[in-house]
Amino acid sequence: MASGVKPRVKVPKSASAGEAIIIKTLISHNMESGQRKDSDGNVIPRSIINRFVVDFNGQNVIDVALEAAISTNPYFEFEATVPESGEFTFTWYDDDGDVYTDTKAIEVG
Amino acid sequence: MILTRRSTLGLGAAALAMAAFPMRVMASTEEAIAAFTGGAEVGEGGLTLTAPEIAENGNTVPIEVDAPGAVAIAVFAASNPLPEVVQFNFGPLAASQSAATRIRLAKTQDVIAIAQMADGSFVRASQAVKVTIGGCGG
Repeated sequence: MASGVKPRVKVPKSASAGEAIIIKTLISHNMESGQRKDSDGNVIPRSIINRFVVDFNGQNVIDVALEAAISTNPYFEFEATVPESGEFTFTWYDDDGDVYTDTKAIEVG
Repeated sequence: MILTRRSTLGLGAAALAMAAFPMRVMASTEEAIAAFTGGAEVGEGGLTLTAPEIAENGNTVPIEVDAPGAVAIAVFAASNPLPEVVQFNFGPLAASQSAATRIRLAKTQDVIAIAQMADGSFVRASQAVKVTIGGCGG
């Protein structure tokens, strides 16, 4: 599923040093579970995003292992600490080998 | 119907087979949990699992886990075809050891969360979720 995958990330534009900020992410993806059958009774093969990683300036925030039981269009909400200005990197790993990335800069004033 | 010795035995065998079926489902969940904990003792407390009591649509059930001081939290669904749901590993810049996501539940069942604490111990929390429409297709 390489087509129609669109990551959406919500990060505040600025924060104070050491502040905990809430990050929300959503990526459009079918997350075919490998449990469903098509009209001929054949199992539709599994095709999901199996890993999601968030880093800030090279330091890890969260590393999520996804299984087939994650809903279509995987959504995650979590909190991160921002020690200085920098950039969040969001990476999704697809079963088919595709990697989707998004970055968001944040200003610490 | 006259209960002969033979038919009584037959009934007993059928009942045993019925009883063994849910046991098998539970066993795979226990195995999945053991794979995460490494067979370690699992305690209680320090982990909050928030899930709705009734989920109208099993395709997207919002859940939230929170375990201050945890390094990882894994979520399992006891009666899904595959019990593993998700595993969160928290890095040094995670402001809190909490996360929220949306999961699929095949039917009414217990959702189980297990957190691995920084000292290597494990705690668990579970909640029963009633599912009106299952979320695993066919």
